[in-house]
Amino acid sequence: MTATQSGAVEKTTSEGTPALHVEGLWKIFGPKGDKIINTPDAQLSRKDLQAKTGHVVGIRDVGFDVAPGEVFVVMGLSGSGKSTLVRLLTRLIEPTAGTVELYGEDITAMSDSALLDTRRKKVSMVFQHFGLLPHRKVVDNVAFGLEVRGEKKGERRNRAQEMVDLVGLSGYENNYPDQLSGGMQQRVGLARALAANPDVMMFDEPFSALDPLIRRDMQNEVIRLHEEVGKTMVFITHDLAEALKLGDRILIMRDGEIVQIGTPDEVVGAPADEYVRDFTSDVPKSHVLTLKWVMRAPDGDPGDGPVLQSNQIVRDAARIVLDHDGPCRVADGDKLVGVVDDMDILRVVVAEDEG
Amino acid sequence: MSTATAPPPAPPDRTASASKEEQPYVELGKKRHTGAKLAGIGIFWLVMWLVFHNQMTRALGLQDTTPFHEWLNGIRDWVQLHGPDNWFFGGVLGFIGDFFNAVFEFLQKLVSIPAFPRPVPEIGWLGVVALATWVGWAVAGLRSTILVVVTMLLFGVFGLWQDSIDLLLVTIIAVVFCFVVGLPTGILMARSRATSAVVTPVLDIMQTMPPFAYLAPVALGFGIGPTTAIVLTCIYALPPMIRITEHGIRGVPDTTIEAARSLGLTRGQMLRQVQLPMARRTIVVGINQSMMAALSMATIAALVNGPGLGKDVNAALQIQNIGAASVAGILIVLTAIMLDRTTTAASERSESMGRSGVASVSGPGVMLAGVVLERLPRWATEEAGKGVRQPRLTSAGRWLVRGLWLIPTLVLVYFSRQQLILAQFPTRDDWPFLKYIDGKTVTKLVNDFSNWFIDKVDTFTLALKNDLTNWLINPLQNLLAESPWWTMALVLLAFAYVLGGWRPVVTTLVCEAIIFGTGLWNDTMITLTMTIFATVLVMLTAVVLGVAMGRNRRADTAIRPILDAFQTIPPFVYLIPALALFGASRFTAIIAAVAYAVPIATKLVADGIRGVSPTTVEAARANGSTKWQMITKVQLPMSRNALVLATNQGLLYVLSMVVIGGLVGGGSLGYIVVSGFSQDQLFGKGLAAGIAITALGVMLDRIARYAAERYGR
Repeated sequence: MTATQSGAVEKTTSEGTPALHVEGLWKIFGPKGDKIINTPDAQLSRKDLQAKTGHVVGIRDVGFDVAPGEVFVVMGLSGSGKSTLVRLLTRLIEPTAGTVELYGEDITAMSDSALLDTRRKKVSMVFQHFGLLPHRKVVDNVAFGLEVRGEKKGERRNRAQEMVDLVGLSGYENNYPDQLSGGMQQRVGLARALAANPDVMMFDEPFSALDPLIRRDMQNEVIRLHEEVGKTMVFITHDLAEALKLGDRILIMRDGEIVQIGTPDEVVGAPADEYVRDFTSDVPKSHVLTLKWVMRAPDGDPGDGPVLQSNQIVRDAARIVLDHDGPCRVADGDKLVGVVDDMDILRVVVAEDEG
Repeated sequence: MSTATAPPPAPPDRTASASKEEQPYVELGKKRHTGAKLAGIGIFWLVMWLVFHNQMTRALGLQDTTPFHEWLNGIRDWVQLHGPDNWFFGGVLGFIGDFFNAVFEFLQKLVSIPAFPRPVPEIGWLGVVALATWVGWAVAGLRSTILVVVTMLLFGVFGLWQDSIDLLLVTIIAVVFCFVVGLPTGILMARSRATSAVVTPVLDIMQTMPPFAYLAPVALGFGIGPTTAIVLTCIYALPPMIRITEHGIRGVPDTTIEAARSLGLTRGQMLRQVQLPMARRTIVVGINQSMMAALSMATIAALVNGPGLGKDVNAALQIQNIGAASVAGILIVLTAIMLDRTTTAASERSESMGRSGVASVSGPGVMLAGVVLERLPRWATEEAGKGVRQPRLTSAGRWLVRGLWLIPTLVLVYFSRQQLILAQFPTRDDWPFLKYIDGKTVTKLVNDFSNWFIDKVDTFTLALKNDLTNWLINPLQNLLAESPWWTMALVLLAFAYVLGGWRPVVTTLVCEAIIFGTGLWNDTMITLTMTIFATVLVMLTAVVLGVAMGRNRRADTAIRPILDAFQTIPPFVYLIPALALFGASRFTAIIAAVAYAVPIATKLVADGIRGVSPTTVEAARANGSTKWQMITKVQLPMSRNALVLATNQGLLYVLSMVVIGGLVGGGSLGYIVVSGFSQDQLFGKGLAAGIAITALGVMLDRIARYAAERYGR
């Protein structure tokens, strides 16, 4: 994912309609949630509000943009509101306040039929517990989304078969879900989400129910699919390693609020607060941080060492820097931005051995 | 060893409270500190009994009536006189009655009674058997089909073809009705909380009411005869269908619903393509439950002159002809097993519908199936998934095969219309070999056997009956029925309060008022005596068996099928062996009730014991608990919830059977209900007895339920 990383950062900063634009999104669970929004009560903490009114804040004033083609990861511990957030995006749960725009279309203002249409054609989801239909064969599960939007049997079968092949389930199309392993079932879920050819794919902790080896396979599968089909993806997870591995950008949530949004190296290199710092303390920093985070200002003569790009991951650059006697130059494009030497590299690598 | 757990039920007159304290889980699940209060109630009760013995008991002679009964008689008279002109009785009920009657007569002429001008039904016995066989095979597979053939042939062999088929017809009409009405209702309830909130309490009451309580009110509206039987059966079989459908639709996992919503399904698509297919198996279970309920009600409906085998059982019971009752009883049981197995197999099949098809047969079957499948047209078979060897039938292919088999079936139907011997089941005159197995022979065999057996065990059964009656039932009945009515009312209220708090007290008070109003206070107390006594027996048995089953897999495998078999038997049939063993008496009714309620209670206890966390059991074992300590200190206390639930269910089952037992000497309320149909001037009293039964059932259920809430966890 290293390659796309730098690209995505640029995309988000570039002009144009974002794939997903979220602004001032709130969800307060309880019968009178909408009445609380504009009162001072809304500023209370989750616990206090619940004690006072019996309502629970699921999502508090969340806003962000997702660029087309980006993999946007929302991460947080259980109860942080991340699963609620992803459901608000397609109104599987009705938001209490705020707007969600999909390529400029306001989802929160849509009529029911327009919303159905959006769900059928523009957004698809992959769920933690798969949500497959046990009474349908794999291929019919994959074709299900096409069927409900009224495509002809032959067409949808062909499309579904393509998707089955794409996720590597060729030959299993006539099996039933319960005859497949967990990982294979989630591939079916993936194929079903892909079949509709949506603009945005949402993943709600899709691999949390899988064992670690399969999870790694599936993560690689998502990376591969992203490279092949280039869909915009919103990916929910509680696993930081997964977030760092997949995400172009990461949104960290706590108690329904945004704690930090940033690229993986920003999150690890400049945690917004103690919570995030705590979170990221176990991450092998050299695998995430780029040279930008370890270089020093070029005081005086930068020397004539090799030129490295500032967005290169430390681990990848380490060999060159260590092999070279003396500091290496770090550039952002053609512009010299700093220098880095053995000590700078080792500080990152050693620090994490101590930590 | 577990027999020792339960001290023999102490004479309840003196020590009712004390014995309850000793075994808090068997009786009503009390905590220790309630013991004192209960003892207090017991002392008050005893004192009042001693002081006011046999006064103010509200006893009413069998032929005596109260003004309330006369008033009900008046209503009946009015309905008979003016009903046909009334918009409700003549219009609504009349229409419903006529409709069911027309359907029933049409079907009867088709398969069971002579269809004028033919001397025989439109389709003779061979055709009916062939059709039933085909249906059984199409929905349930080969094993059930064999059962269907054997059962249907025995209908004829035992000489009860018409009554058997009539019973089936009533049952099937009711099940179709339940499906048509119950399925949409269940779906509506699953999708709308408001509907569910309105309908659920109604279903609760309907299911608390013993079948006997339905008889009189329905007979009031529809008169006495087949129509009433069908309406009764429909009403009684409806709640399970609605309940289970709702449960099935609600049971579809949220994750699946959410995934489907994310794909943009409309509500209609959700129902048709997700919820109904996924609830399919549960819905078939609902049909099964509804069918079993229908069958038991259809047999009981013989008391209101309903058609079918119940009539034969009832007639035989009246003259204590055990053999004749048994012949009809055997056919009822076989019918029950046939319907149960067929629908159960159908539900199991609907799970794997379209999965393995024919390819699940093993050995030579696989080869044969392979050959057959190869020859089918392309659209009928498809490649199975990886790991499945055989190609399989598509849904269209299965219908093709079924259609092919329909052809010989229809040929047999045709023959059965042409040949008298194939239309009317042959008797021993036609086929001499039948004399070895036909109804008359079996009747005689059973009578001989039962005479011989009773001869041998008579001393034992008589001693058992007399000892239990004299030492336990009579004292308890004296205490309940010979106390002044207000003492009993107060005692019941106090029990309700101590066991369940204020809420059941309100219900109890209302129910008491109703029972008092029916003028049948004393008879209700006698029924209550039998119910309590039988429930204690049920729970003692259930705990012993349930603990054994819950602790031991092998005991479970051995006992559970027997319980299953018992549960498929309609309650009416239980009377036959009980009558054979103990003659006509109160005790007989109690034994039948115990036999009827033990299976459900035992299963609940066993599931409770099994449900105790293995970690806890292991921890207790690590602490060095003996087997005995394990049972009494860990497993029974921890399955309290199940024990209380078992008591609740046991009570309701016992109550419904105890009143049916009125037919075999149980007397009191059940007998009054029955005499209401045989004696004109007692109709009102019978109706009142039905009301009293319902009130008693609701009262017991509420007390047990709130006690469960309080002590269950």
